[in-house]
Order: sequence, then structure tokens, then C-alpha cells
Amino acid sequence: MEALWLSMKLASCVAAILLVMGMPVAYWLAYSNWRGKFLLESLVALPLVLPPTVLGFYALVAMGPRGPLGRLWIALFGHGLAFTFSGLILVSVLYSFPFAAQPMIASFEGVDRKLLDASAVLGAGGLRTFCRVILPLSLPGVVTAAVLSFAHTLGEFGVVLMVGGNLAGVTRTVSIDIYDRVQSLEYGEANRMALVLLAISFSVLCVVYAVNRRVWTPWAAK
Amino acid sequence: MDAVGGEVNAKMLTARIRKERRSAGATSFVLDVSIEVSPGITILFGASGAGKSTLLDCVAGLARPDEGRIAAGGDVLFDSERGINIPAPKRRTAYVFQTLALFPHLSAEENVSYGLMDLGEEKRQERVEAILKAFRVEKLRKQRPGEISGGEKQRIALARSLVTEPRVLLLDEPLTGLDAELKAAIVDDLRAWNAAKGIPILYVTHSREEVDALGERVIALDNGRVASAGAPMDVLDAPRRKKLAQAAGFENLLTATVLDLREADGVMRVRLGESACEIEVPLGYAAAGNHVQVAVRAGDILLATERPHGLSARNVMEGRIVSLEQRGTMAIARVDCGVAFVVHVTPGAVRALELSSGHRVWLVLKTHSCHLVE
Repeated sequence: MEALWLSMKLASCVAAILLVMGMPVAYWLAYSNWRGKFLLESLVALPLVLPPTVLGFYALVAMGPRGPLGRLWIALFGHGLAFTFSGLILVSVLYSFPFAAQPMIASFEGVDRKLLDASAVLGAGGLRTFCRVILPLSLPGVVTAAVLSFAHTLGEFGVVLMVGGNLAGVTRTVSIDIYDRVQSLEYGEANRMALVLLAISFSVLCVVYAVNRRVWTPWAAK
Repeated sequence: MDAVGGEVNAKMLTARIRKERRSAGATSFVLDVSIEVSPGITILFGASGAGKSTLLDCVAGLARPDEGRIAAGGDVLFDSERGINIPAPKRRTAYVFQTLALFPHLSAEENVSYGLMDLGEEKRQERVEAILKAFRVEKLRKQRPGEISGGEKQRIALARSLVTEPRVLLLDEPLTGLDAELKAAIVDDLRAWNAAKGIPILYVTHSREEVDALGERVIALDNGRVASAGAPMDVLDAPRRKKLAQAAGFENLLTATVLDLREADGVMRVRLGESACEIEVPLGYAAAGNHVQVAVRAGDILLATERPHGLSARNVMEGRIVSLEQRGTMAIARVDCGVAFVVHVTPGAVRALELSSGHRVWLVLKTHSCHLVE
């Protein structure tokens, strides 16, 4: 149960951080006219195709006591970043970034540009337009982003193993715990955990699809 | 923002704009206009692609001219020479789009108060209340745009723009799709509102009927340039350019040679094209032997199956129907009289006269239905 609690904590933190960090990036990717935009788009989508071990490997090197991130962390907090919960959050944020960014980019791009023009001529600046027009109209995309980055973090295995290792209560998440138990032939325990994860994943996807199919919406149908 | 010296009317909108549009590296379109809009409704007329919306976008600050100067209400909004470019939110220009762009997630009331966010709660309520009444939509305040009918949406969009007390109102075909009566009622309310405010209103349309209905000053745009400006009669009934003539609903545009002038009668005789057809048209600035363009609306031509007698109309031409095509509630006949004419008739007339291709007919044209084009 400790592992489940740890996974939930990790996934919630990552989803929250990704909402805050992903929103400005998604806004920029949706509305910028810069010609080199494709570079950042590719970078954002990279974790989708990269093997988790590759990302995990580079993260581990960077976080190690000789890596730039690791040294910075030691200078700031007096201890290393690898094999800690903070390190896990950092690498999970990188790994789940596309799952937060893509739905937000898509929904920001889906907002009628004329509404943004209307907002501007009515005297609203960029931030006000974002809060009062773009965000409310992109709510399904934002919910999707939060839910997907939560679910994706909950289920990740490779990067966690590379960067976090397997320390009970610190970095042993549910997926690692299941693997552990299978290795030690505790099939009953493994099955219980696996069922919980299955149930959570399915409910979470139900939320995503219901929101996007407008089974319920925060405002009246257009 | 600094004041503009020497403007005749401080409320006037003046704009000198040059803007190129490029596609694939080459310049595909140039907007190059200089206009003055006094308080009241001025119609910006032209075919689609003439540059009407680009012009409005430049005035509102949604598009940036390559060079020029825009001033309204005594303030400079844009001046390429002095590097002035007031951003759209600070221009106080109201803009109603063709699609209206009402915020779908906000109620009518919230839409209208959107532009008043810097005002105190009490003042805002007061202003919203007043404008909802002025445009007769106070009953709809709690409804979302999705629950409101077309004409009422247009009223709310107008109210939303005008409640901010703008110095210019830009309307981009805001009343398309409404029937004439509803349109007239909305325009009346707009006029009543502007009687007190007296701001310049630039009203874009490509509909000739709307120009007739609104009937004030007209600026005609053609391919990015001002083709003509003035009263509707001057601008549209003597179209100066072919494209404009077609946009204004002159389906027939014929080249003619002046035969002789009859100044006492205020008419002249012309020969159409290379044909033997001679007709009488209003007197213009031309001499015998000159070539002129004659524009005639397809709906202004009468069609008869026998040679007509005892008519006041001076021009009767014999011809043959080349093709007959039913389009909606109208039949379009192409008639060859030596030159080709397009004639609009009602389906009822087609049946009553038993018209068909190859049918021999006479076309009747009043002298004053023939418009001279420069």
C-alpha cells in the first residue's frame, strides 16, 4: 500500500507541475508564428518515441554527483538528486510532458481566432484574453492534459527504475512493486496491485473521453 | 497619444493605408487607400477580395499596415513615419465581425459587459442595462449565444461593441442573413444610438440592396483601391469599373459606339458592339464616334414574345433565346440580338409565355435603365 500511496503522490505532483509548466509552452506553440517552431514541437514530442531507458540514462547522468544537475542540487540542498523522490518528479515531468502539452495545444488551437480578435478590440490584453476566453473554452483539453499526465506518471516503469532505483517509501512506485513481487513469486499481491492500477487507468480514461465527447460540459452546448 | 492638428472634425476617422499581401514570396494583393469617414454611417462597398476586411483590420489594429497613418477621435492610432502603433486593446475601436464572435461560454449580459472590466460594478451594471434596452435585448440577459436567434445575436454583438463608448465603429457585414425588415429595424436602433454619440461608422457590405437601404455615403473598393466615393447614386449607378459594375448587379456590360448626341432630349444614340443594334442612352460626356460602356441590369429588361407597340420605352430589339436556365425563383435567359443580353424573368413568365431556347423575342429597355460607364 505504501507503493500505491507513493505513486499517487508522485502522479499528483507531476500533473500539477505539468499543468503550470505546460500551459505557457502550449500557449506559445499554439499561437506563435515563429518559423522555427517545429524545433520546440519536436522536442516536446520527443518522450513519446524515446525509449524510457534512454531518457532515464541521460537523466541519471545529469543528476549524478558529477552531472550538472546533480552538482547544482548538492550545492543547493546538500544531497544528491538521483535515487530521491525529487529526482523522480523531475524525470517524470520530462517524460510526461507531451501528455500534458499536446491536448492543451490542440484545444488552444481549436479556439476560434475571431473570439481572440473580439477580446482584443474590446480592450483585453493577452493575459485577460487567456483567462476569460481561451482557458474556459479549452477546459476539456486542460482536464485531458491533467488526467493523462497523472495516469501516464502512475504507470511509468523504465525511467523510474533508471533514476529512482527501488527504495521502499522513497522511489518504489506501484509498477516497480508489482515487478518486484512477480520476481519473488508473490502472484496474489502482484495481482491485487495490478487490479488497482487497471481500475484507476480505466476510470481516468473514462473521464478523458467523457469530457471530450461532451457527455458533460462546464457550459451549455454551442 | 497626441492630438491631431488641423482635422476638420475631431471625431472623423482618417486612414491612409498601404499593405501588401504576399504568397509564396510574390506580392499577390496590395491595399492602397486613403479614406475619410465623418460621423454617421459610411458604407464600404466592394466585391469579396476587394480589401474591405483588411482595411477594417488595419483600423482596429488587428493587422499592421506596411505604411500609412490612421487617426480617429483626435488621436493618432498608427503612423509608420513616427513609429506609432497603438495596440488593438487600447484603440477604442469597436468591431463587429461577420461571424459576430460572441463568447459562447458567457451569457448575453456577460458578453456585453466584457469590455467594461475596468469599470466599477455599479457603473458597469448601469451601462449594460442602458445598452441592452437601447437594442431591445434586455430579456435575453441570462441566455447564452447558443440559445439566441440570429437577429438578436446581432443586436447583442452591436451592444457589446458600443457599450465601451468607442470612437469608431467597424461593421463587417454584420447583418447578412437577416431579412430586410429585421435589418432595417436594427439599423434604425443603431442610428438612434448614434444620434447622440455621433461617431464614424464604417459599414462593410457587398450587397447592393444594403447600400440602397442604408443610403448614405459610399466608398467603393475595387482590388485594393478606392474606385469611387460619394452618394450611393453617383457611386453605384454610374459604375466606373467593370468589376464594380458586376458587383453592383449590372449583368450586362456592353461596349458601344456613340452615333449622335441629342442634347435637347438629354439622350444619345449608340450602336452596341459590332451589331446593327441601335439604342438610346442618357447623354454622357462623349462625342460621336467615341466608345462608351453601357451597363444594364438583367432585371431591368422586359421580354416580349410579339413586337410591342405603344410603349414609352425607346429601345426595342429583336432577338432569339439562346439558353434558358432556372435558378431558384428566377429564370435566366440569354438572348442574342446581335449582341448577347442576360435577362431575368420569373418562372411564371416562362410558363405564361411558353419561353424556350430558340424562341423569337423582343427586348425592351428604358433609356434610363441604360447606365453609362466611364
